[in-house]
Amino acid sequence: MKTFKIGGIHPEENKLAKEEAIEVFPIPKQVTLFVTQHLGAPSTPIVQAGDKVKVGQLVATAQTLVCANLHSPVSGTVVKVEPVPDMTGYRKLAITIDVEDDIWEETIDTTSEIRKEITLTKPEIIERIKACGVVGLGGACFPTHVKYMVPPEKKVDYIIVNGAECEPYITTDHRIMLENGEECLIGVQALLIASGAPEARIGIEANKPDAFEHLQRLASQYPNIKVFKLKTKYPQGAEKQLIKSLTGREVPNGKLPIEVGCIVNNITTTYAIYEAVQKNKPLIETYTTISGKRAKTLKNYKIRLGTSISEVLSTVGIPENTGKIVSGGPMMGKAIANINSYFVKGMSSLLFIDESESKRGVVEECIRCGKCVTACPMGLEPYLLYALATRADYEECEKHGIMNCIECGSCQYGCPAFRPLLDMIRVGKNKTGYMIRTRNK
Amino acid sequence: MNERLLQVSGSPHIHSGESVKKIMWSVIIALIPAFLVSIFYFGIPVIILTFVAVASCVVIEYLIQKYLLKGEITIWDGSAIITGLLLAFNLPANLPLWMVVIGAAFAIGIGKMAFGGLGKNLFNPALAARVFLLISFPVQMTTYPIAKPIFHLGADIITGPTPLGILKEGVKNGQPVDSIMHSTQMPDYINMLFGQMGGSFGEVSAIAIAIGAIFLLIRKVITWHIPVSFLLSVFLFAGIFHWVDPTMYANPFFHLLTGGVMLGACFMATDMVTSPISPRGMIVFGLGCGIITMVIRLFGAYPEGVSFAILIMNSLVPLINKGFKPKVFGVAKQK
Ligand code: SF4
Ligand code: SF4
Repeated sequence: MKTFKIGGIHPEENKLAKEEAIEVFPIPKQVTLFVTQHLGAPSTPIVQAGDKVKVGQLVATAQTLVCANLHSPVSGTVVKVEPVPDMTGYRKLAITIDVEDDIWEETIDTTSEIRKEITLTKPEIIERIKACGVVGLGGACFPTHVKYMVPPEKKVDYIIVNGAECEPYITTDHRIMLENGEECLIGVQALLIASGAPEARIGIEANKPDAFEHLQRLASQYPNIKVFKLKTKYPQGAEKQLIKSLTGREVPNGKLPIEVGCIVNNITTTYAIYEAVQKNKPLIETYTTISGKRAKTLKNYKIRLGTSISEVLSTVGIPENTGKIVSGGPMMGKAIANINSYFVKGMSSLLFIDESESKRGVVEECIRCGKCVTACPMGLEPYLLYALATRADYEECEKHGIMNCIECGSCQYGCPAFRPLLDMIRVGKNKTGYMIRTRNK
Repeated sequence: MNERLLQVSGSPHIHSGESVKKIMWSVIIALIPAFLVSIFYFGIPVIILTFVAVASCVVIEYLIQKYLLKGEITIWDGSAIITGLLLAFNLPANLPLWMVVIGAAFAIGIGKMAFGGLGKNLFNPALAARVFLLISFPVQMTTYPIAKPIFHLGADIITGPTPLGILKEGVKNGQPVDSIMHSTQMPDYINMLFGQMGGSFGEVSAIAIAIGAIFLLIRKVITWHIPVSFLLSVFLFAGIFHWVDPTMYANPFFHLLTGGVMLGACFMATDMVTSPISPRGMIVFGLGCGIITMVIRLFGAYPEGVSFAILIMNSLVPLINKGFKPKVFGVAKQK
């Protein structure tokens, strides 16, 4: 069993919804699509109020390099293209569509037949991934095609596939591996062609033995795909830690995975890639775990983008004494401020955190226990970064590696003095980053 | 949809549940075995002395926080109780009680509060107080009662030297170590292991201390780094000298079991606040404690040396924290 060496923690796994098969959430009456569903510049709407659209039709295009296309997840009529408050309460430009029927673009293969044979060439695959608006579904929503635009002097040795799903509660990757494992592996094949890499390595945490065995069995027909069991330890699925676990290579400080010949994709993303490359189907859905210690129902939903969050919440019911609703995992996800917002790409969960857990403990003096230091997977000293950031000493922050922080939250999770370490480190990181950028100009 | 206000804050949204209070109470629980053994060997005075030490620490902390600092009262976080316990454990069971109160006042007032309270103090407060008492009242602080199982104990407390004291005295008089070890005064190893020997009352039973330490290791309150490096360096240092000249230097096991090495390594040196933060730093700290302890024992004026060694290393902690950083991910080995 493989793992990374430095730091890491063992939060309660709480994979409560792992037995729930993926269920399709009913198509809503109206959807609202933010043009910022990915990391990078907003995409540009190409439809206006009154336009008729079909499922899978392009409605906003990527104008810059780090940006992603956006397609209509429903058929119907565009009613407005106007700013709407997002999950955090900020107004963002969005396309609102009234749903009529469920008519798909003819170019999309809507059959359930699994297409194994890949006929597209390397550039065509990358172009298709881009055209279909595929982004990383592991949380960051980074446009996938950008990762495959490898500079000519760099060689890709490994495609790394993240099936770790190290965040507590979330079970969508787990379900996708069990239910669509075969398609995922075809997606991985497409990525091997797209990158020219000789080998792909899939890492799955040991707490999902069924998914591991299933994929290992399926992978036996592909000599260039290897499946590995990883130790259950957070943040096993963090890009750099996963590369270290699976290849032993350490991405140098401040560099991207390609520096050590790796490209990392999440397992659910490989399914989206399969659908794009083999079925010509754009990314118009998100897989979302509904969970929480006191959740009324546990679900793994497939939800059309733009579905209203409150509609899903009223279907599943909000448990009593919910203090916080978190989108994404409890370690790295975001607390939802505005439930009258809409689903976006990669929104992998709605978690109900009980009041008793969501209230933070009273902050006390640092007792120098060193738990934050031993927990940090990047080998940083969070207590020190906290102090430096509080003092606004960003030169020292930089020296002590604040920019290497991957914001995994391991430090804050275990601090017995309840110090808001990551809150402050985030502030410090922003300011230090700004300082570095302006210095070089 | 019913209206409700949701809480919003940055990730992470869950917490391990560990707290300063839980850590402190774990330490208190871990000290219970050694406490019971001490009662067994030294009787009622142990209970009285411990009570006085703990009560004075808590009351003094309360008074300082309430009337001097006019700030938050934190006596229930358990740290003052620990200081009181550890101070008591490092005293002879028959020390006059007013001295105990002075020690407690020093520990809390100078050792802890003067630095800004829990988390900011440079020295282990209990040890600082012990050394203060040792310098102020050298006679009383080095007159130890003889350990006798409770059912043998008469009304009088008989006092006598500690094993290390016997050794130091004997070597000074030119006796070979072998014959000192077999003198009637010297307890045998089994007694040392269980704690039937002279000494500060909490330090005598290696086994009881080890049980407490294992509990703390399992609870993840301490890590192995400091105790192991401390004990190992004492063992190796003593071992080398013993190997070179067994007539002059005692067996390394003797050094491990006597003079508070176990208590020091497991409970005093591992105090989070006054020890290094990174595992690498902890090992350096432990090695330093062990080596200084042995240097004092073999070449210094005092028969033991654990307290001084830990205090000296305490003062080096800020330097160790600067010099021994954790291994950073993605950085090739420096220099
Ligand atoms: S975990 Fe918290 S209390 Fe412990 S050293 Fe880090 S910041 Fe201080
Ligand atoms: S959030 Fe940053 S500082 Fe804290 S443990 Fe993760 S990488 Fe280290």
